[in-house]
Amino acid sequence: MSAPKETRPMRLKALCLAIASLLLASASLATPARAQIEIDVNKGDVQPLPIAVPAFGGTRGADISQVITGNLERSGLFAPINPAAFIEKGLDVAVQPRFPDWKAINAQALVNGQVTVEGGRLRVDFRLWDVYSEQQLLGLQFTSTPENWRRVAHKISDAVYERLTGEKGYFDTRIVFVSETGGRLNRTKTLAIMDQDGANPSYLTDGSYIVMSPRFSATSQEITYMTLRPEGSAIYLFNLETARRESIGKFPGMVYAPRFSPDGGRVAFSVERGGNSDIYVMNLKSRTSARLTSDPGIDTSASFSPDGTKIVFNSDRGGSPQLYIMNSDGSGVRRISYGSGRYTTPVWSPVGDFIAFTKQTGGEFHIGVMRPDGSDERLLTTSYLDESPTWAPNGRVLMFSRETQGGPPRLWTVDVTGRILRAAPYPGSGSDPAWSPLLN
Amino acid sequence: MSFSTKHALRLALVTTAALSMAACASRPKPGPGVGPGPGPGYPSQPGPGPSTGNVVPGSIQDFVINIGDRVYFDFDRYDIRSDASPVLDAQAQWLVRYPSVAVRIEGNADERGTREYNLALGARRANSVREYLVSRGVSPARISTVSFGKERPIDPGTSEEAYQRNRNGHTAITGGAR
Repeated sequence: MSAPKETRPMRLKALCLAIASLLLASASLATPARAQIEIDVNKGDVQPLPIAVPAFGGTRGADISQVITGNLERSGLFAPINPAAFIEKGLDVAVQPRFPDWKAINAQALVNGQVTVEGGRLRVDFRLWDVYSEQQLLGLQFTSTPENWRRVAHKISDAVYERLTGEKGYFDTRIVFVSETGGRLNRTKTLAIMDQDGANPSYLTDGSYIVMSPRFSATSQEITYMTLRPEGSAIYLFNLETARRESIGKFPGMVYAPRFSPDGGRVAFSVERGGNSDIYVMNLKSRTSARLTSDPGIDTSASFSPDGTKIVFNSDRGGSPQLYIMNSDGSGVRRISYGSGRYTTPVWSPVGDFIAFTKQTGGEFHIGVMRPDGSDERLLTTSYLDESPTWAPNGRVLMFSRETQGGPPRLWTVDVTGRILRAAPYPGSGSDPAWSPLLN
Repeated sequence: MSFSTKHALRLALVTTAALSMAACASRPKPGPGVGPGPGPGYPSQPGPGPSTGNVVPGSIQDFVINIGDRVYFDFDRYDIRSDASPVLDAQAQWLVRYPSVAVRIEGNADERGTREYNLALGARRANSVREYLVSRGVSPARISTVSFGKERPIDPGTSEEAYQRNRNGHTAITGGAR
């Protein structure tokens, strides 16, 4: 099967990241305690940390700094300082910065670096400094092929984010989504992929049929999605490195809503037959399927817990769509959502602490989160139509799609506290985003 | 359905028919039975519009214009409404009269729901239409179903009337018509 001409194999070659920890200031790194500057990502009312990211020296140095600045700014946790205010110029990674110059512009953290090209390889050395304690917090070196400079910038962003927040970063990741073009009556839906910052967008289908529900495997090299044609629907697996595409097989009715298990070995999905939708799971090695639900309600949008032992899904078996959890063999079903409104598209956080969902109340839609036992429900967003939440791999940021009344869908992000809400850096119209795990 | 709703709905139908014809003029013609097509007309009330004079009996045009190829549903419901029964009765009679015709029932939902749930809801609607036609004597082997969820609206609006238009079951002829 597959139509190779419409695919463009992704260039995701091994980005050989020789992470040499230089540990110049081993004292500050050896102690597990964080530096004086730190950010609590779970406290949404935190003041963004003023950070200075002067242009790195060498080829692509300014571009790399710009990508890092953009990443940190969009997280909402950092306030990059305008380079026009910088006093010290031409920093050298081998020399301590002049801290008073950075204190004078209220920078609390400073990231500087140097790019060198050696034997066709790009080497980037960078330092993260705590300006007030005058300590080096990080000193790392990344090497890669020159065309992968953006990924190096994302890796550095992740290192800085992790060092200052204590949480894993999420910048060296990609988003697979449905690009939408055309009017409301003749919309073209194309499977697309881009870096999380909107760079390097490319298309994986030709737009001649509807695509929906793309999802990443935890290995990140494979996605699953569904296609919808007048003749019916199908679920595909698509390897991003080899561009190999295959259907998971024929079923008696419609198949939709595919989701990988965390180990990538199974796919949960819905099968519709005679108007009734139930959840099935397929073992991708043996290609055998098991039916997990069998009641007359709509059971769909299954999502595995990070340990793979449970599945959250939505069902209208109780009269209106609500969230339910079951064991991954279909046993032990129990309802977890009890608020007023309609709950759909549950997505288990990759770190396990929350389940995100779409909630419809009256004339509005919300992205919300609750604990896996249904407690602590919080609505993070409100609009005419918000839906399709997907978690960043650190479980602290969600991307979703938003439609204003009569407008095209756009991608947005919100942090888990609901206070940092942003349009995602993708200029076009898109829906159904899915966030990759961190790339290797 | 109250008189005023019905009236508003009919106005919406006319508007949409005009819109979809305009859309057809500017892009490749969709294949038979695919896409929204012209708005439905009730068999007893053909209303203004294309003359039925030169419509070939047993053709797709005959079905769409003289029978009506779409029935409507209430929000989050999939039971056949009383105003849909006469249309489906006429569809069944027509299909019994032209036994070589095969149809695909396409279930559609409005945008006030999430994508996957709406796919499931559209499938329920398509199945309701299918079961109704089968109960009126149409062989199940002639009927396939698909759900487009909210992916194929026929009305671009965001009013309650537009939502109502987009909650439908569309009977598309896939083969065997004259």
